[in-house]
Amino acid sequence: MLELLGNHTVQTVTLGAVLLGMVSGLLGSFAVLRQQSLLGDTLAHAALPGVCIGFLIAGTRHLGWIMAGALVTAVIAALFVQVVTRYSRIKMDAGLGAALSVSFAVGVVLLTYIQGHASASQGGLDSFLFGQAAATRPSDLWFMGGVTLAAMALVALMWKQLKLVTFDPLFAGSIGLRVGVLETLLTAMIALAVVVGLQMVGVVLMTAMVIAPPVAARQWVSRLEHMVFLAMLMGVISGVGGVLLSAGVAHLATGPVVVLVASALVTLSLLLAPGRGVLWSWLKLWREQRSIGQRQMLVTLHKLAEHHEDPYYPVERSMLDSFYGVATSHILRRLQARGFVVPASHMRQEGPHWALTDAGHNEARQELERMDWNQAEV
Amino acid sequence: MKREKRHEPDLALHIEDLTVAYEGKPVLWDIDVNIPPGVMAAVIGPNGAGKSTLIKTVLGLVKPTAGHICIHGYPPRQALKRVAYVPQRSSVDWDFPTTVVDVVMMGRYGHLGWFRWPGRRERRRAMDALSAVGMEAFAKRQINQLSGGQQQRVFLARAMVQDADVLFLDEPMAGVDATTEKAVVALLQELRDQGKTIIVVHHDLQTVRDYFDWLVILNVRVVAQGPIPEVYTGENLRKAYGGRIALLDPDSSGETPDAVPREVVN
Repeated sequence: MLELLGNHTVQTVTLGAVLLGMVSGLLGSFAVLRQQSLLGDTLAHAALPGVCIGFLIAGTRHLGWIMAGALVTAVIAALFVQVVTRYSRIKMDAGLGAALSVSFAVGVVLLTYIQGHASASQGGLDSFLFGQAAATRPSDLWFMGGVTLAAMALVALMWKQLKLVTFDPLFAGSIGLRVGVLETLLTAMIALAVVVGLQMVGVVLMTAMVIAPPVAARQWVSRLEHMVFLAMLMGVISGVGGVLLSAGVAHLATGPVVVLVASALVTLSLLLAPGRGVLWSWLKLWREQRSIGQRQMLVTLHKLAEHHEDPYYPVERSMLDSFYGVATSHILRRLQARGFVVPASHMRQEGPHWALTDAGHNEARQELERMDWNQAEV
Repeated sequence: MKREKRHEPDLALHIEDLTVAYEGKPVLWDIDVNIPPGVMAAVIGPNGAGKSTLIKTVLGLVKPTAGHICIHGYPPRQALKRVAYVPQRSSVDWDFPTTVVDVVMMGRYGHLGWFRWPGRRERRRAMDALSAVGMEAFAKRQINQLSGGQQQRVFLARAMVQDADVLFLDEPMAGVDATTEKAVVALLQELRDQGKTIIVVHHDLQTVRDYFDWLVILNVRVVAQGPIPEVYTGENLRKAYGGRIALLDPDSSGETPDAVPREVVN
């Protein structure tokens, strides 16, 4: 796979993927935390009519015009959603959905019009639907790099404002921040990021680049700055991984492979991340259930011994089984391993008996104290 | 910018002829409110009375249709650093990736320059406030590990580091445990004794007399306002709540009744 990196096209595409991963991870973090994941999707689909209009104005497949057109229609769609949700009863999700489908419909109509009327060789606009990474040219990298740099500068300079508006917009407004202006600025930057990714990943899949890296990153961190950094890293990994995978295996479309790598990162993070991962919570639940059984058993034996005024009072296991309604031998064996109970030979004809050790009594007393304390706190 | 002359500078909060409407429906109708400095005031009223809207309008979060507002004689835009705000706990996503001390430091953001990052001094202030609310041990915790009462204490600490003269709190006792409620009330009373003005949207009529010394009863219009003994009467409460209230001792000239709202207030 390393010899691939010697290839000029692959170099360009890889660098493009790095930039795309950085900018979408950075801005996607704020979109996801503001619960506007769908925003990226709407912006991407709304860019399609702009792509077509840019083509019609320029008369050829001129990237500058196409990008400018895409940006303009994406921003118009975003403003439409903002205005509609503020001044009508339509909720955010419905507004985003409406803007998405209407603008995508307009885009496809324009696309078919161009393909029917413009000279066929000039077409190829449908590559914007699913992306065509190989079409990335070195000159495009300047545009992508500029956008990435601008986004990073914006976030670095206005870090505390963006953080506050994302976490607590009401409080942000109460200390005089222009919440609407900041939200519009963020949306415009996300639109820029989407436009950057159009050529590479395409209209349909671009939203995954905005959502997946931040969602994966969120699983592993507990601070916003770490989340943003990790999301950028995950974006870069997905971008570069996708490019190299698709270039290594002939005839695979780059955009979808990039998205698949990003989705794999999300799946892994959802499963494995400590603290928040699914496997982690299963493990925690299982441990807690096990320890609760043991703690209960200690307290029961302790109380029985107290009741019989014999600290080493041997208790028959079958009695414990019927008291708990489940088999208790595995609990007792684990307690024995921890040195809290010992098997006691009481009467040989009868079943196995168990008695609490001194350490076991200590542990039980501590457990009782903890319970009292918890009750007092509530 | 032209510096306006101070209007009613002797009042912590002065509201005149204020009307606020959502989609053509009035939420607050031509209200006048005057709250002197150094009191702890409750704003009460039935659901939909405009209590939260009143606070949001004063803070500039909602645009009024008519009327004007002064805080210590200044229009709200010029009094930003004089006010602190504790929004309803449920208005933020507590799964946001940040720590307790970070949230408290947000109370200093308004005092920092536009591009300044919070530093050591802000952190120290935040830690002091956290120990005042009994949460210093939680400073480095993720906020998604907090209970409702702890969330409220963190929000209160954030308001304390704002160094404000007037504190606005939106339902700070909603859904918190009894210990936290007592601690919050004690802290607010201490702040009042330092000369600050505390204005609280409150929903529990039974505790109004114990906690507060000033009362604004609201139901789209102002039903009554003033010191608790004069305003907390059966007649005023009935005017605001109508049939939705059960007064435990409805006769005896209606003074200081024990009122239990029949509706479920959330």
